[in-house]
Amino acid sequence: MTLTDAPGAANAKNAERYLRLYRQMTKIRAFEDNANALYLSGKMPGLTHMYSGQEAVAVGICEALETRDKITSTHRGHGHCVAKGAAFKEMFCELLGKAEGYCRGKGGSMHIADQANGNLGANAIVGGSAGIATGAGLTAKRLGTGDVAVCFFGDGALGQGLLYEVMNMAALWSLPVIYACENNLYGEYTKVEEMAAGALTARAAAFGIETHTVDGQDVLAVNRLAESLVARARRGEGPFFVVLETYRYHGHHVGDINREYYRSKAEEAEWKSGRDPITNFGKWLVAEKIATAEELDGIGEAIRAEAEAAVEYALAAPYPGAEEVAMHIYAGSAHA
Amino acid sequence: MRGPPMRELTLSKAVNEAIAEEMRRDPSIILMGEDVAEAGTPFKVLSGLVEEFGPERILDTPISEPGFTGIAVGAAMTGMRPIVDLMFGDFLFLVMDQLCNQAAKTHYMSGGKLSVPMVLRTNMGATRRSAAQHSQSLHALVAHIPGLKVAMPSSAYEAKGLLKSAIRDADPVVIFEDKLMYQDKAPVPEEEYLLPLGKAEILREGRDISFVATSSMRQVAEAAAARLAEDGVSAEIIDPRTIVPLDEETILASVRKTGRVIVIDEGHQSFGVTAEIAARIAEKAFYHLDAPVGRMGAMDVPIPFSPALEDLTVPTPERLVERAMASLRGEPVHGA
Repeated sequence: MTLTDAPGAANAKNAERYLRLYRQMTKIRAFEDNANALYLSGKMPGLTHMYSGQEAVAVGICEALETRDKITSTHRGHGHCVAKGAAFKEMFCELLGKAEGYCRGKGGSMHIADQANGNLGANAIVGGSAGIATGAGLTAKRLGTGDVAVCFFGDGALGQGLLYEVMNMAALWSLPVIYACENNLYGEYTKVEEMAAGALTARAAAFGIETHTVDGQDVLAVNRLAESLVARARRGEGPFFVVLETYRYHGHHVGDINREYYRSKAEEAEWKSGRDPITNFGKWLVAEKIATAEELDGIGEAIRAEAEAAVEYALAAPYPGAEEVAMHIYAGSAHA
Repeated sequence: MRGPPMRELTLSKAVNEAIAEEMRRDPSIILMGEDVAEAGTPFKVLSGLVEEFGPERILDTPISEPGFTGIAVGAAMTGMRPIVDLMFGDFLFLVMDQLCNQAAKTHYMSGGKLSVPMVLRTNMGATRRSAAQHSQSLHALVAHIPGLKVAMPSSAYEAKGLLKSAIRDADPVVIFEDKLMYQDKAPVPEEEYLLPLGKAEILREGRDISFVATSSMRQVAEAAAARLAEDGVSAEIIDPRTIVPLDEETILASVRKTGRVIVIDEGHQSFGVTAEIAARIAEKAFYHLDAPVGRMGAMDVPIPFSPALEDLTVPTPERLVERAMASLRGEPVHGA
């Protein structure tokens, strides 16, 4: 266990903050377990990409943000969406293509956006939202809002030229953007070292961007770093680039079941048993006497019940009417 | 009714004036692109803007078309109204993901919650001896993508009025200016005016044949109409002004009146704007036609450098007169 908040730091004042980190991570896991079950039982159209295993990244960063701060997300985006404040009901409705979904069912898993909470959307083009996040940073700087934009992307996006173009501009213009590279060791079905030459952080360092590498399974370490970088970005010291070392428990997508040809079961077991961000943080909470094991179980049960109720709601919820197919193409007037 | 003679402006100056007026009115407008500030672009269209509005609003970018287009998308989603200057229309191929996967789809994918009020100004037009990568007219590519609006001004007057409407529009608008027309003058009112997107203009009334002509093909149509008039043939000229939205009614009304039509556009003829407009006429005005719908586009060849070859690739008044006469004689009209 490598949780890094010093013993004794866990005083009563911070207890609620710690429990919130635990709850948010547990919510993501519960959401993904249900989404996976929906897929496997044939109740969910299309496919989806599970965030399970990476919860400490999304939660550690998003807990350092205000609602008004912006994030952009990826095809593996449910975790970011939950961590930024989204509700289960609207999320499950979106995954099932229902009218009450965040995007009225028009986006689905890979495009879920939650504007009210500052989530500018998941993106099904790898690295495709790097420009959007940087543009949000430009808006913040131009309007002097003090807002920060976080661009979540995976190690696979390091192969995309767009990222380098926008990091260059973010550095030239000192934009309040944090580039959060979630290195889960595999881009689709290929190991990161087979796709990315040289050091991952060296890419951003070449633009003069301050870089950090952090254990993405340690929610306190992620959160402590994020708090510091967000505060500095608000003061105009950005951009920053962070590599978060993490692991996805499922395959690239829910249908990627037989994957031993690129990733061994032993490796998966090792991460799940030794480095699970929720289990380890739970043990730390108990050791620090912030919560008892029973209390944590109670939190987990309540969240799972909430997720299951949201799934039931979404399954019964209506699809959008046929008239919606030609709505929302243009924000202004409708036309053929 | 004779007032004082209206002043004449070049298309270049009209564009400059539109941007300056809008930027004075709305502080959320920013302009970004390569060499847009002190250099005022290679065509000098933007000269003087950085002196008035400063480098915070007139942003010189690196040579990174996808990067700054993506940043504009994100800025537009978060409260700015960016105008992107894409130095040559040929560079559209570089920005297709940001324009077509991101900007065009964001409003729809988010169920109407997010929008992208941005303008991408670029150019088109051959016969400038600029060869195959600086001469293309690629408006059909973006017109194909739902979510984008596409304007094609045919004069300084239209360039100003359409651009002002585009800047105020809630959706992404791509404007194609013919780079050979930047120094062409036309009457432009001193007082403010806007031209609506989606409203065609009858440039010349006629009885015998309709010419539907986009952008600089207006000049081809006008020259042809003048020659035909000498032979007693009365040609009507319709300028769609925007191809998305397309003012079908004005086009169809003209065709129903004349019974003959040739569509002229500088994009490659195959799978392009002439095909689309011709198809709509055939579908909706077939029983009013006295001759097959004719069309003239650019030849389906990469634009050659040699003047001897390049001039063969685009529609000319001479060939339009020939085609019009063939149509009037009842002969089939074939394209370029």
